[in-house]
Amino acid sequence: MNAFLSPYAWLIITVVKVLLLLFIVLTVNAYLTWFERKVVAHIQSRWGPHRVGPHGLLQPMADGLKFLFKEDPTPAGVDRFVYFLAPLLALALALTSIAIIPFGPDPLPWKILGQTIYLGILPPNVNIGILALFAITALGVYGVALAGWSSNSKYPLLGGLRSSAQMISYELALTLSVVGVLLIAGSFNLTEIINDQTSRYGILGWNIFPQFLGFICFFIAAVAETNRVPFDLPEAESELVAGFHTEYASFKFAMFFIAEYTSMITVSCLCAILFFGGWLSPFPATWTWTYYLPTVLLLPAGLWVIWDGLRYETIFGKVILPGIGAVMCILAIALVIFPGVNNYIQAPFWLLSKIFVFLFVYVWMRGTLPRLRYDQLMAFGWKMLLPVSIANVVITSFAILRWGAIK
Amino acid sequence: MIPTNYYIVLSAILFGLGVLAFIFKRNIISIFMSIELMLNAVNLAFVAFSQAMHKLDGQVFVLFVIVVAAAEAAVGLAIIILTARNRQSLNVERVDLLKL
Amino acid sequence: MTASLIIFFVLAALAVGGALSLIFQKHPIHSALSLIVVMVALAGLYLLLGAEFVAAVQIIVYGGAIMVLFVFVIMLLNAGIEEHTNFSKLAGFPGLLLAFALTGFIAATIARSTDTVQAAAQPGNMASTKDLSTMIFKDFVYPFELTSFLILVAVLGAIVLAQREKA
Repeated sequence: MNAFLSPYAWLIITVVKVLLLLFIVLTVNAYLTWFERKVVAHIQSRWGPHRVGPHGLLQPMADGLKFLFKEDPTPAGVDRFVYFLAPLLALALALTSIAIIPFGPDPLPWKILGQTIYLGILPPNVNIGILALFAITALGVYGVALAGWSSNSKYPLLGGLRSSAQMISYELALTLSVVGVLLIAGSFNLTEIINDQTSRYGILGWNIFPQFLGFICFFIAAVAETNRVPFDLPEAESELVAGFHTEYASFKFAMFFIAEYTSMITVSCLCAILFFGGWLSPFPATWTWTYYLPTVLLLPAGLWVIWDGLRYETIFGKVILPGIGAVMCILAIALVIFPGVNNYIQAPFWLLSKIFVFLFVYVWMRGTLPRLRYDQLMAFGWKMLLPVSIANVVITSFAILRWGAIK
Repeated sequence: MIPTNYYIVLSAILFGLGVLAFIFKRNIISIFMSIELMLNAVNLAFVAFSQAMHKLDGQVFVLFVIVVAAAEAAVGLAIIILTARNRQSLNVERVDLLKL
Repeated sequence: MTASLIIFFVLAALAVGGALSLIFQKHPIHSALSLIVVMVALAGLYLLLGAEFVAAVQIIVYGGAIMVLFVFVIMLLNAGIEEHTNFSKLAGFPGLLLAFALTGFIAATIARSTDTVQAAAQPGNMASTKDLSTMIFKDFVYPFELTSFLILVAVLGAIVLAQREKA
């Protein structure tokens, strides 16, 4: 069996990794919608979904089933090829961008079929990591523009044109705001950018300190790229019915939806990797007692879930929630007993926590900020964000000339 | 590895198809797109030769060609918009007299 | 039949298929989509040739900016299906033959000409972005500054040309 498979080992391993990552990303998307609805609801002093399953945890499943079974009409007079292509393109591009992100520095400690397994689909020595991400973002404009045009109706056309013009304008500020980080790190490779942020003092080596202005520009431009509040005029309900995805029904709308949330996840990953040290811990490396932080977080959370589950109203909740809590407690105890696993789990844990913090900021902005009018949006992008990004590049270049590499 | 003349033949085929599109299409935007196709074919030849001779000059030139194509596309499309506004048609066979 | 040869033929077939689709499609938006396919296929070919920065720039600038401009103009001008025209089919056939002859002539001439071309089947190394940028900013800095000026002129020209009439 080994001799039969080993010439194609890299192909099989990559396919398995792709399928696994796809499953994980789609599940995270589904629960991100639950998370968003709960957080926005609590910001607005209401409950959010709490009927379908304990604490509304089965709501994404219900939504998924709804999308599968709803009627999927095709409007008359659409250009059929482009109408079907647009959501596919948006989804494919959004999911491809996850392949470029590295999730951990070290490969798995054992070899499968003679291949070392890195955490992440692209091998860590690809030298154009972040340029490839920008290329995929640049192609993402087509999904929106073609969807708006092919729907043969005025609201989608206007929404599509406005949304794609917005995405192109903010793409410039996005790429320029990252140039400061690239100047400091000296490479496009994401792994090297993270390794460049290591320092004896942990958090002080992260790129957020020299590049605070760059981070602000990047985050604002990324929120505009993903068409989220406060830049979501093209898909707001009170403005253009639903913008470019008005005429798209159940499954195709679900594809746009997944594409938008996946690009949110990608942007959060990028913020964490470029400016906040990726998988590096904020504590200095000499403080090895911080390695037990995942356990310290998981154990009380697991106990709280068990306690909350035992006093839940429905029988389903009384069974499922303590089960989940028990799994979390066992995991926490296992991390203490097997220290090898704990050392290994640190990098993905920190990266995932940072991604979670950024996703929370995204959802927080959705719950609190009003949206910008279209001319305010375009004026902000061209007249404020682009000059500030360019100023950031100039200041960073002068600083590097004056003080050598920033360390 | 792939011999360089495979790339050159592909570049020539793409260039020939660009010439065909330029001659046979009537929509001004399609003709403009065939010009971009011809430029791309030439870019491929540049990069193929750059790899064959192990010098980077070909790739630098490709970057300049891409930049010039971008500038040309911007101005050309502005002119096309003006022409379409004045004559209400995108057919090149209608733009054959100086008088409107 | 190494893996890179298979990838080359797949990408080449995609590029030629996209170019043929550009010619034979009736609606300009379908031609634009075919051209985007050609550009992505060419970016793949650049990656196969070891020019990774050029591949990324091709997708970002050509595929993500220039073609978006084309698609916007097609949408704004509401370009429809091409009208039927009455060019003579009799003259069309020699034209087609001459175009094929032109292609064949170029291909045959270049493919037979130099020894470098015939013998250059050595494994290529990835051109690093650092070397490329050193070359641009040292040897080619004057053309680089000229192209920035060119882009400025193009932007100003496009804005002035496409303004609405101040009625």
